[in-house]
Amino acid sequence: MSTATVDIHAHDSPIPGVERTNYLNVDHSVKSWLLTFDHKRIAILYLISITLMFFVGGLFAVLMRVHLIEPQGFLVAPENYNKLFTMHGVIMVFFFLVPSIPATLGNFLVPMMIGARDLAFPKLNLMSWYIYIIGAAFTLYSVISGGVDTGWTFYTPYSSSFAHTQVVPTAIGVFITGFSSILTGLNFIVTIHKMRAPGLTWFRLPLFIWAMYATSVIFILGTPVIAVTMFLLGCERLLHIGIFDPAIGGDPILFQHLFWFYSHPAVYIMILPGMGVMSELVTAFSRKRIFGYTFVAFSSLAIAVISFLVWGHHMFVTGQSVYAGLIFSVLSFLVAIPSAIKVFNWTATLYKGSISYEAPMLYALGFIGLFTMGGLTGLFLASLATDVHLNGTYFIVAHFHYIMVGGAVMAYLGGIHFWWPKITGRLYPDAWARFAALVIFVGFNLTFFPQFVLGYLGMPRRYAVYPGEFQTLNVMSSAGASILGVGYLIPLIYLIWSFKYGPPASSNPWGAKGLEWTTASPPPTENFTTIPVVTEQAYDYAQTTGKGGH
Amino acid sequence: MSDAAVHNDHAHAHPPGFAHQFETMDQQRESATMGMWVFLVTEILFFGGLFGSYIVYRALYHDSFEIGSNLLNIRFGAANTIVLIGSSLTMALAIHAAQAGKKAREQMMWLLLTIILGAIFLAVKFTFEWTADYHEHLIPGFGFVVRPEWHAAGPHVPIFFCFYFFMTGLHALHMIVGIPILLVMTWMASRNKFNADYNAPLENTGLYWHFVDIVWIFLFPLLYLVGGRWGTH
Amino acid sequence: MSGHVVPIKTYLLIFFALMVLTAATTGAAFIDMGFWNTPVALAIAATKMILVVLFFMHAKYTHGLTQVVILCGFFFLALLVAFTLADELTRHWGPQPTSWSAMNAILLHAKLLF
Repeated sequence: MSTATVDIHAHDSPIPGVERTNYLNVDHSVKSWLLTFDHKRIAILYLISITLMFFVGGLFAVLMRVHLIEPQGFLVAPENYNKLFTMHGVIMVFFFLVPSIPATLGNFLVPMMIGARDLAFPKLNLMSWYIYIIGAAFTLYSVISGGVDTGWTFYTPYSSSFAHTQVVPTAIGVFITGFSSILTGLNFIVTIHKMRAPGLTWFRLPLFIWAMYATSVIFILGTPVIAVTMFLLGCERLLHIGIFDPAIGGDPILFQHLFWFYSHPAVYIMILPGMGVMSELVTAFSRKRIFGYTFVAFSSLAIAVISFLVWGHHMFVTGQSVYAGLIFSVLSFLVAIPSAIKVFNWTATLYKGSISYEAPMLYALGFIGLFTMGGLTGLFLASLATDVHLNGTYFIVAHFHYIMVGGAVMAYLGGIHFWWPKITGRLYPDAWARFAALVIFVGFNLTFFPQFVLGYLGMPRRYAVYPGEFQTLNVMSSAGASILGVGYLIPLIYLIWSFKYGPPASSNPWGAKGLEWTTASPPPTENFTTIPVVTEQAYDYAQTTGKGGH
Repeated sequence: MSDAAVHNDHAHAHPPGFAHQFETMDQQRESATMGMWVFLVTEILFFGGLFGSYIVYRALYHDSFEIGSNLLNIRFGAANTIVLIGSSLTMALAIHAAQAGKKAREQMMWLLLTIILGAIFLAVKFTFEWTADYHEHLIPGFGFVVRPEWHAAGPHVPIFFCFYFFMTGLHALHMIVGIPILLVMTWMASRNKFNADYNAPLENTGLYWHFVDIVWIFLFPLLYLVGGRWGTH
Repeated sequence: MSGHVVPIKTYLLIFFALMVLTAATTGAAFIDMGFWNTPVALAIAATKMILVVLFFMHAKYTHGLTQVVILCGFFFLALLVAFTLADELTRHWGPQPTSWSAMNAILLHAKLLF
C-alpha cells in the first residue's frame, strides 16, 4: 500500500543469531509489562485477562448444560441454577464479549492499520486495562461469595428489593468495567480522527477501522447509561428506597428502559468488531477487493445509529405501551438491513475469488452462515406478534448465541488466528487450527440448533427444570456443549505452544494487504521505522478472473 | 515522512509536555481537546439517564414534584447558581491568563478563586441545605418521613427527593473530583508550565469545570423551580 | 498555537448575561404562567448552556467536528427520553381488556372479529 518500497528483511537483525528487537523482547521484566504504555503490550494484557474470564464464564455454561441433562435437574438446586445463568451472562457479556475484539485486536491493530506509532492516549489505554481488572475483581468476588441470581439483566424489583444475593458487588463490577470500555472507545475515536498516516483518507481505511470507529461511538453513547443504571440499582438496594420502587410510585419498567438503552447497542458492540474482522478475512483469503466498500463502511455507522432506536423489542411483553412496541418493532426490522448488506457484500467478495481454506477463512465462512441464521431468527423476535410466543423461551437463547458465539466468537477466533503471526511472530499449526474450527462448528450447531426447536415448542429459558418431553433435545444440546468446550480448548493449547515452538513468521505470511503487514512480525515498539505514505485503496489485491490468478 | 523529515523533527526542541505518539504539538493539542469533548459526551449520557428518568416521573407525578420542589430552599439554590457561574468565569479567566502569557501568579490567582467558589458551593449545599433536609427527614434512606399532608396531594414526593439527592449528589461528586484537579493545575501553573504555546491541560480542565456548571444550570430550574411558588417570596 | 484568545471583555459580558438570565428564571418561578412555566425555565437554561458552551468552552472558535460531537451527545439523550416517554405516557391509551371475553367484546365492537 505504501509507495515507499518496503524491504521485509530490513528488520532482520544485522547480527546473525541475535534476535531482532521487537515490542515483546525489548524488556522482559514484569514491571515493563504492568506499567507499559505500548498499545501492543496492553492488547496482550487484555488477551490474557479476557481469555481467563471466557473460561470462567464457560465453566458456568458447562455446569448449566450438565444440569439440564435431566428434566428435574441433574446438578444443582434451582436457586443455584439461577446463579449459574446469571454469572454466565454477566461474565460473558461484560467481561468477554464487549471487550474481546476491541481491547485485544483493536488495541493492537488500530494504530498499525492507520500508520500511527500508538493510540492518542497511551496512559488512558493502560488505565482502561486496570479498570477492567478492578471491575473483574468485584465480579469474581461476588461469584465466590455467594453469587448473584437476578439474571444478567438485573430486572427490578427483584434485584432492587427482594434478592438476597451479591447484587451490589456485581453491579459495582459492571459499573467500573464500563469505564474501561469508555476509555477504549474514546481512544479509538480520537486516534482514528487525528492520527491517520499521510494519504490515508477515510475511504482508504480498512473496514476493520470503520467497524472499530462505529463500535467506539456506541461505547461512548451507550455505556454511561448502564453505568448510571447500575448506580441507581445499587442505591436502591442499599437505601431501601429508590425510583424503581413500586411502593412509592416507581416504575420497574423504567429500569428496563435504562438497562436496554445500553444493552441493546451493546450487542452491536459485540458483533460490529467481528464484522470488521470479517471484511479483513474475506478479502485476504479470497485475494479480492471487498465488494461494495462504501456500503460496508456506511452500514457500520448505520448499525451504530439504528441500534439505539430498538431497545424496546426486549420489552414487548412487559406491559410496555403497545404503541411504543409498534415503533420499536418497525425500527428493529430496519436495523437488520445494514447487517444484511454486509453479508451480501462479503458473499459477493467471495464470488470468483481465489479462495483458500486456512483456519481464519473457515471461521469466516462459519460466521457468514451462523450469523445469517442468528440474524434471520432475530426478525422472528422483532415481529411483535411472534415475539409474544417466543419471548422467554429457548428460541431467544438460541438466537443470541448464534450471533454471539456463531458470529462474534468465531470472528474473534478467526481474527486471533489471522493476526497471530503478526502479534507473536510465530506461525501456529494450521492443520490443528482447521480441525479445531470444524470441531467448534459442529459442537456449536449441535448445542444451539436444538434450542431453536425447544423454544418454539415452548420450553422457557432460565428454568432449572423442564417437562420430560424436552429431554432428548436437551441432551443433544448438552452433548454439543461438551464438543464445543473441547473445541475451545484445542486453540488454547496450540496457540500457547506456538508461542515458544511455532516456526518464526515473516512480515506477511498470508500475503495480505494492509499497513500492519508491511512491518516486521512481531513489530518493533514504535510500529514503523518510517511512517508510511498511503496512495492506494484498501484491499488492493490484483483482481482475479478465476481460480489461480497470480 | 522520509527519514530526513523524521530526523528534522527530532532536531527541533519539542516543547515540554510533547508526547511522542504525535507528530506535532498542534496534533497533540487538538487530540487532547477532542478527547475531552468525547468524554463530556459520555457525561451528558451519564447525567442524561438521571435527567431522562426525572422527566418521566415529573410528567407522571407533577403535583408531587411541585410539593417536593417547594420544600427546597430557593435562596440557597439561586445563590449557589451565581457562585458556580462565577467559578466558570474565573476558570475562563485563568485560561485566558495562560493564553495571553500572563505571569504564573495571575494564573494561580484565578485558579484559586475557582477552587474557593467551588468550595463555597459545596459548603452551602452540604452544611446548609442537606443538613437542614436531614433534620427535616427529607433524605430517602436516612430517616425519611412521609408527611400526612402528602397522602392526598402528593403521594409520590419521596420519588422527587430520590432524584434531588441522586442528581445533586452526583453533581457534587463531580465537583469534589474537580477540585483536586484544579489544585494540580494550580501547582503546575506555579511551576510555570502554562504559557501561550502550551496550556492544553488547563483548557481541558476548564471544559470539565464548565460542564459541571452546565449540569447545575439545568438542575437548578428542574429541581428548585418546578412551580407553585406563586404569591410567595 | 492554542488558537483564538477570547478577550476578557467578552467573558465579562457573557457572565453578566448569565446573571441576568439566572435572575430571570428565579423570578419567573414566582409568576404563574400555567403551562408555560416549564418551557420558559428550560429555554432560559438552554440559553445559558449555549452561552457557556460557545464562549467559556470556546466551542465557537473550534473545529466543526467538536460541534458535531456535542450535538451527537444531546441527540442520543433526546432519543432515550423521547422513546421512554413514548412508552410511559401511552400505556393507558386505548381500551384495557381484563380478560379474554373483555378482549373479544372490544374486538367485536371494533369490527375486527366476526
